[in-house]
Amino acid sequence: MSETKTAKKNSKFWRDNKGLLFIIPWLVGFLIFKGYPFLSSLVYSFTDYQLFNGIKTTGLMNYAKIFSDKKIITSFMTTFRYAFMTVPLKLIFALFVAYILNFKIAGVKMFRTVYYIPSILGGSVAISVLWKAIFKQDGIINMILAFIGIQGPNWLADKGAALFIICLLRVWQFGSSMVIFLAALKGVSPDLYEAASLDGAGKWRQFFTITVPIITPVIFYNLVTQLVQAFQEFNGPYIITQGGPRSATTLVSLLIYNNAFKKYEMGLASAQAWVLFIILMIFTAILQWSQKHWVYYSDEEA
Amino acid sequence: MTMETKKRIADCCKYLTLILVGIVMIYPLVWMIGASFKSNAEIFSSIGFIPKNPTLEGYQKALSGYGGDIDIWKALLNTYKIVIPKVIFTVCSCTIAAYGFARFKFIGHDFFFALLMSTLFLPNVVLNVPQFIMYNKFGWVDSPIYLPLIVSTLFAQDTYFVFMLIQFMRNIPKELDEAAKIDGCNAMGTLWHVLVPVLKPAMTSCALFQFMWSNNDFMGPLLYVSTPKRYPAAIFVKMSMDADSGFSWNRILALSLISIIPSLVIFFLAQDQFIDGVTAGSVKG
Repeated sequence: MSETKTAKKNSKFWRDNKGLLFIIPWLVGFLIFKGYPFLSSLVYSFTDYQLFNGIKTTGLMNYAKIFSDKKIITSFMTTFRYAFMTVPLKLIFALFVAYILNFKIAGVKMFRTVYYIPSILGGSVAISVLWKAIFKQDGIINMILAFIGIQGPNWLADKGAALFIICLLRVWQFGSSMVIFLAALKGVSPDLYEAASLDGAGKWRQFFTITVPIITPVIFYNLVTQLVQAFQEFNGPYIITQGGPRSATTLVSLLIYNNAFKKYEMGLASAQAWVLFIILMIFTAILQWSQKHWVYYSDEEA
Repeated sequence: MTMETKKRIADCCKYLTLILVGIVMIYPLVWMIGASFKSNAEIFSSIGFIPKNPTLEGYQKALSGYGGDIDIWKALLNTYKIVIPKVIFTVCSCTIAAYGFARFKFIGHDFFFALLMSTLFLPNVVLNVPQFIMYNKFGWVDSPIYLPLIVSTLFAQDTYFVFMLIQFMRNIPKELDEAAKIDGCNAMGTLWHVLVPVLKPAMTSCALFQFMWSNNDFMGPLLYVSTPKRYPAAIFVKMSMDADSGFSWNRILALSLISIIPSLVIFFLAQDQFIDGVTAGSVKG
C-alpha cells in the first residue's frame, strides 16, 4: 500500500516539477565542476598541500605569507596597475569609437568588422607571438617611431614598457565592448538629441548630458566583465614576457600558475587565488553599491 | 563659415578618425601576412608589409615540422578533436538547461537561477587549482581524448551561453508552447519542434563563440595536455616559438598565421551572428 502511495507521490512530484529534469545535468555539473572545487580550494588554502606530498600542516601560514612576502605583494600591486590601466583605456576608447560610428556613417558595417577582428583573434597564441614580433627592439613599432624621430624603448626589457604592451594587447581588443556600446547607443531615442539641440546644446554637451547617463547600465556591465577579465589575465604575460623583465609583468594569475604547476604548492596557490577572488568580490560589491548613484534604469522613472 | 562647410569638416574628421583607428587595428595583421613571406633578414629591416623578395621559405619550414610526433597539421587536427565535441555538447546541454530555467516553474527555481547567475562572474582563477587536483585524482590529466577539457561542456557549465539562451527564449511567446501542448507534444517535443527552430540564430551564436574561445584556449591544454603528439595548435605554436627563440621569425609567423586561418574564415562567414551574440547577453539583460 505505502509503496504505491510513494510512487504516486513521486510521479506527482515530477509532474509538478518537470523543469527540474531539464536543469539536473547543469546542477550535477555545477556541484562537480564548480561547487566542489570552489569549496575544496578554500580548504586547501589553509593547508600546505603539496601535489606529491599531500597535506602535513594546516593553519593561516599561506595567508600570512601572502601579506608579508614582498614578491607576492608586488605581484598584486602589478595586477592592480594592469587592471586600472587596461579597463578604463579600453572602455573609453570603445565608447569613443562607438559614438562616432553611431552617426550616420557610410560603411558602418565594414568599420565594425575591422574593429571587431582583434577581439576574435586577440586571445590566441598566434597574436601573442605577433605582439612579441612587433614590439621587439628592432621591430616594426620602433621602426615607425624612429621614422618620426623618436627613439623607442626596448619594450620587452623595460619594466614599465613591458606591462604597457601587455595592456595594449587588451586595449587593441576593444571591439567587443564597442559593439555592446554601439547597440546601446542605437537605443537612445533621437527625440532627446533633437530636444537638446533646440535648447542649444552642442555635440559634446549632448554626449555627456544625454548619451552617457542613458547608457550607464551598459557601461556598468562592461566595467564589471572587463574588470573580472583583467584581474585574470594570463596569456599575455605568460607568452610575451614570461612575467619579466625582473617580475615586472608577473600578474597574480601567472604567480598562481607558477606556484601550482611548477612548484606544485597547491595550498599557497589556492590561498593566492582566494585573495584575488575576494578582492574582485569587493570591487564588484563597491560597483554594485555605487550603481544607485550613477547608473540610470529607465523603469525606475516610470 | 556656413553650416554646410562646418558639417563637411566634421564629417571629414569622423571618417579620418575611423580610418586611422582602422589602420592601427588591422596593420599588425596585414604586416604579419606580409612578414610570413619575407626572408628573416628582411622582416626587421623595413616598415612596409609588401615583401621585396617574396619567399615561401617560412611556409616550407613551418610545414616541415620540427621532427618528433607532431607537426602543424596534426596539431590542428588535435585542436578540432577538442573544439568540435565542445561546440556540440555546449549547444545541446546549454539549450536544455536554458529551456528548464526559462519555461518551467519548479521547487527552488529562483534559488537555482540565483546560483546559476552567481557563476556568471565566478573567476576561473579560483577553480583552476582545485579542478586540476580533481582531474588528477580521476586520472584524466593527459587523457588521449582530452577529458578535462571536454567533459564539463556536457553539463552546461558555460554560464554565459545558458544565460544568453534564456534571454532569447524569454522573447519567444509562450503561446507557441501552449499550442504545441494542445497538439500533443510533450515537453521535449515542444523544445525540439517549436523552440529550437526559432532559437537557431542564438544557438548558432553560442556555437560560434565556443568555437573561437576553444580554438584560442591556451591555459586548458597547457595544464592538461603533456604528450607532444597530442598538442593542439595553441601549444604547438608556443613551443615552436620557444624552439626558434627568435631566429626564424618568418617560420613562426607563418605557423601562427596558419593556426588562425580557420578562425578568420569562420569569422568572415558569420560576422553578423557574432555581433548579435555579443549584444544579446548584455543589452537585454
